[in-house]
Amino acid sequence: MDSGNTAWMLVATALVLFMTPGLAFFYGGMVRAKNVLGMLMQNFFAMGLLAVIWAVLAFSLAFGAFGNGGLIGNFDFVGLRNVAVGLGPEAMHLTIPFVLFCAYQMTFAVITPALITGATADRLKFSAYALFIGIWVVIVYAPVAHWVFAGGWLQKMGALDFAGGAVVHINAGAAALALILILGKRHGWPREAMHPHSLPLTMLGTGILWFGWFGFNAGSALAADGVAAVAAMNTFLAASAGMLGWVAIEKWKDGRPTTLGAASGAVAGLVAITPCAGYVGGLSPILIGIIAGLVCFLAIQMKYRLGYDDALDVVGVHLVGGLVGALLLGFFAEASVNSAVVNQGVFHGGGFTLLGYQAIASVSVLAFSLIISVVLAKVIDITIGLRVSQEDELSGLDLSQHSETAYAYDDFGSMGRIG
Amino acid sequence: MKLVTAIIKPFKLDEVKDALKAAGLAGLTVDEVRGFGRQGGHTETYRGAEYQIDFLPKVRIQIVVAETDVDRVVDLIVDAARTGQIGDGKVWITDVAKLVRIRTGEIDIDAV
Repeated sequence: MDSGNTAWMLVATALVLFMTPGLAFFYGGMVRAKNVLGMLMQNFFAMGLLAVIWAVLAFSLAFGAFGNGGLIGNFDFVGLRNVAVGLGPEAMHLTIPFVLFCAYQMTFAVITPALITGATADRLKFSAYALFIGIWVVIVYAPVAHWVFAGGWLQKMGALDFAGGAVVHINAGAAALALILILGKRHGWPREAMHPHSLPLTMLGTGILWFGWFGFNAGSALAADGVAAVAAMNTFLAASAGMLGWVAIEKWKDGRPTTLGAASGAVAGLVAITPCAGYVGGLSPILIGIIAGLVCFLAIQMKYRLGYDDALDVVGVHLVGGLVGALLLGFFAEASVNSAVVNQGVFHGGGFTLLGYQAIASVSVLAFSLIISVVLAKVIDITIGLRVSQEDELSGLDLSQHSETAYAYDDFGSMGRIG
Repeated sequence: MKLVTAIIKPFKLDEVKDALKAAGLAGLTVDEVRGFGRQGGHTETYRGAEYQIDFLPKVRIQIVVAETDVDRVVDLIVDAARTGQIGDGKVWITDVAKLVRIRTGEIDIDAV
């Protein structure tokens, strides 16, 4: 066991966990005030429900049978059996306690389904949401994590995904698309104005996400070493460049740079660098970030063209950003940055081999997630119903789902306690 | 007694209030409202989606005055609230049928 690596991974675990509340506020600020608690509750509840499911079952399905080149793990680690202070299976070559590895991965299992909440904002029943993500983490997230992170078929084939471009962003983005196709549009969309009720909250959330992403990307090195250092730098630069790219095209097309645009661009850059973080070097993260900022800005217009209500652009930023990053990795991957890069990118003399693997991995994850999520969503819709009633949607999720009001600035009109 | 109601630009509130106080008027009620007349709204942009906001924030002042004071009060408000730009607002007068001071029970002109 390496104490330096362990110390860093303890911190990285906390950093990534912090990203889920960060996401909660990033999204929360963008919804209308009557729905802000609905958004916060969905994200915070993920931290409760998914961590328990992960420890009890999903971790084993994801990381059991490590390196089997297959579709799923096994039940070796169910209930945290053999997940303790030892270094875990030989094949994984861990230098940190296995239980810490599990905890670190747990933060990923929590935030990935939480990303979906941005797309389904304002109209998804809380009970349906809880049921969906509780099942989804087991039947979609765990298998995909196995394929890509645990020596499953995609990783064995040769696809690279440093911190979860496919496992997290393409995966969640596809699931988000699936859900909103079944769920339908918000009442009044797209004619009615539904603008952010608190961009300060969104900016705060953005800052927390950017901060935590150092744990997400650099922590995926599973060590406090040179690869982690490169990943940290790449993460930083891609966020900055993503912001510049988005703000530039926004100024050109809409006439003004906006705070929401700056935040969105930074996030787009961060999403795109996620698969690339420990595999690329030099100034490539700047290029990757700028491309992500430009492409995602254009991608979010798709929903108006195609008529689907992706409320907070999970498809436009996470699915598209994840695809951009995964494919750009096929161009920029460099063995001198990380010896794990067996097939270098197009720009480093590796030909199109890696790009091919990246494409296969991206499409496979997208298709699997989309199809299974559609089926799961449909089943839940038929049984307990996915969507709130129109009356509940109009009065807002805060009141209808949680019997709460976010901003009770005065006692005006409040009666006394009744029960 | 008459109720004087004025819709004015929010940043003019202090000036109007000071003018009324200087003229010896006892009190007023203020609330924040939204509205538009000839003044247009504005647009806001969020992730490429442009929104037209028609309503503008305004302030509504309400004062009950004796009939003899109405003209004086209206002039005071108009002078203090005018900027010369579109959206300065309006003042209107309505009748008050009865007035009661809650603390003392005084009625009508004694309650002004």
